[in-house]
Amino acid sequence: MALLQISEPGQSPNPHERRIAVGIDLGTTHSLVAAVRNGVAECLPDATGAVLLPSVVRYLDAQRRQIGQEALQQQSADPGNTIASVKRLMGRGLADIADAARLPYALVDAPGMVKVRTIAGEKSPVEVSAEILATLRFRAEDSFNDDIFGAVITVPAYFDDAQRQATKDAAQLAGLHVLRLINEPTAAAIAYGLDNASEGVYAVYDLGGGTFDISILRLSAGVFEVLATGGDSALGGDDYDRALADWIVLQSSTQVQGLEDQALLLQAARACKEALSDEDIAPVELSLEAGRIDLSVNRAQFEATTQPLTARTLQAVRKALRDARLQTTDIQGVVLVGGSTRMPQVRAAVADFFEQAPLTNLNPDEVVALGAAIQANQLAGNNPSGNLLLLDVIPLSLGIETMGGLVERIVPRNQTIPTAMAQDFTTYQDGQTALALHVVQGERDLVADCRSLARFELRGIPPMVAGAARIRVTFTVDADGLLHVAAREQGSGVEAQIDVKPSYGLSDDQIARMLQDSFSTAQVDMRARALVEARVDAQRLVLATQSALKADGDLLSAQERADVDAAIDALLASAQGEDAAQIEAISKQLAQVTEAFAAQRMNRGIAQALSGHTLDSLQDSFKT
Amino acid sequence: MNLQSNDFELFGLTQQFAQERGALDARWKALQAQAHPDKFAAQGAAAQRLAMQWSVRINEAYQRLKNPLQRAAYLCELQGAPIQAHSNTAMATAFLMQQIEWREALDDARSVDDLEALAASVDSTQNDLLTLCAQTLDDRQDYPAAVPLVRSLMFIEKFRHDLDARFDALS
Repeated sequence: MALLQISEPGQSPNPHERRIAVGIDLGTTHSLVAAVRNGVAECLPDATGAVLLPSVVRYLDAQRRQIGQEALQQQSADPGNTIASVKRLMGRGLADIADAARLPYALVDAPGMVKVRTIAGEKSPVEVSAEILATLRFRAEDSFNDDIFGAVITVPAYFDDAQRQATKDAAQLAGLHVLRLINEPTAAAIAYGLDNASEGVYAVYDLGGGTFDISILRLSAGVFEVLATGGDSALGGDDYDRALADWIVLQSSTQVQGLEDQALLLQAARACKEALSDEDIAPVELSLEAGRIDLSVNRAQFEATTQPLTARTLQAVRKALRDARLQTTDIQGVVLVGGSTRMPQVRAAVADFFEQAPLTNLNPDEVVALGAAIQANQLAGNNPSGNLLLLDVIPLSLGIETMGGLVERIVPRNQTIPTAMAQDFTTYQDGQTALALHVVQGERDLVADCRSLARFELRGIPPMVAGAARIRVTFTVDADGLLHVAAREQGSGVEAQIDVKPSYGLSDDQIARMLQDSFSTAQVDMRARALVEARVDAQRLVLATQSALKADGDLLSAQERADVDAAIDALLASAQGEDAAQIEAISKQLAQVTEAFAAQRMNRGIAQALSGHTLDSLQDSFKT
Repeated sequence: MNLQSNDFELFGLTQQFAQERGALDARWKALQAQAHPDKFAAQGAAAQRLAMQWSVRINEAYQRLKNPLQRAAYLCELQGAPIQAHSNTAMATAFLMQQIEWREALDDARSVDDLEALAASVDSTQNDLLTLCAQTLDDRQDYPAAVPLVRSLMFIEKFRHDLDARFDALS
């Protein structure tokens, strides 16, 4: 482990000292980690040189597990303990999973999110994903022989709040500091746009293993503005495999039973699908318990069988264009992302729809991780001159339940985030002291047709006559697309803060417990880890404060400046010690001392944005 | 300049209905480039919180300014002529008749072509009303007179939303 270097006040850190920040594409089929090295984003290979890590975890017993290629190879031998495509289970209840009965492993219904029954006990999809993320974290740490400062993790743009929160929990469980969750198509656009210096309106068509996303973005001068996004978080290459598997069964009139046979059949279908991307005809040869399957599939048969799936993607594309109030002719270019866009019928359908050949010059498997790495590098502060700015949107409307099971929309879909909306509620009975709220996400008018995100009660409302209380509930969606809710009774000032998370996600206690149990961190002394983290945070804060002083120190009076300098010195001194709690406490003090300074700097920044120079240069670039 | 400034002040724009979309978009991006939480990711929690507040406020103002209906309503509110969308629902008879006609056409629409014809009629009425709104607000500065126009536009927006839902259902 490298030693931290904390520089003396007034002295800038070694320019070669940079923070290692990675981008991680946590995919349905496989996952990747990428980082910016020598100014260029690249995917990091494992010891064997492979960049793609199959998103497969096999539990061997209570202690041991295999992750990636090893696990994938054992899938048909041990289907019940080999968890593939876990991304489709993230943040989902049993009722949300359409094809639960067809999965080769057993699901258990659990409050909020399903679990998988394995030889090592019941595993949450969050835990399984954390194994994959931890493997990538170790890969990155080995590549750089250094600790990872933080990570940008990508999620499908169409992931709802529950799925995003589950992904963030998994990263935390894997010991990663999440700098930001970003949407996969946006990440692809970053990698693509910066590579090609593109300007204009682009569509990103992202068909992965288990999810489909369409995003319409405007690219200008380093700004990536998402105009509309849409998709289907349960439609991907897996569904093409399954459709083909069904067709094969129908043709061969063989009864396929048992988890092992089903796993073998799906594998054969996938291999056949992949072969058909290059060949016109591909064989399927299978020895199952029920007998042999021996037939060949031609491309036309495969395309006819899966045509409804491709049509479903185009329906989502139409809707996104309508949301953006654009025609196909407004689209400058179409970027293809995701391994499933290798299928010729998908490429043809997209080309046909947009009346132009899609752009495919970046590897569709890698482009998302590369874009995430570029964003991570900037967020870590390694590229202070960078002007990359992501203006993303919320993919699905947020609403609350009203009388009669109807939804009242609070935040409409495709609104730029971060965003906040306030709504006033009142009591309907004399002396009522509590109010129940039900937050849902989705586009339908009935609560029953939307996804339930959270039910919570506001307590402690002062007793008043019916209708007299005025409770303002504020819904905030942060830059990660995650919802936070706060409520305040306007008269009395009684406040309630609700984190939407515990209703379906993991509580912090659960995460702490899992962290202790988890393989990925078992060898790490928790206390040593806490100390390292406290020091890293302290270093981050000192550096940020110093650069702020350098830029805008003139805003402070001599006394204020002296206070800030003293707080910095105190923090540097405590960071030399071994007491994590003390370092955190003194970090907090520094943050408090600089709060007013931060507000002044923000005002100066805004004022500058409105004054001539910045604006003119932006407008110029806008015209081009 | 602070979080309490009105939308026009925040964006450094003249307080009027007519706005140029390109200039508005450019200002929005310039402001977010200063205030977005991503610009403060490597800094402390206090800076993050502050950036979040500013970024949310800038997005709120942008949403309102870029939508002509919301911009008109906001101007009326600022000038002391509140819209009172929930309490005051009195509408001109002719306008209500047209609403009924549109509703019937929407119910009868069987194809995307039907919907597109209806959408064209709705959009044209909307554009006429917006032009009238611009004259009333900017040339005559008669804010109370603009209020019923804004309420009509709200009806149209609601209808347009239902129309889009039918597009989704039919395609």
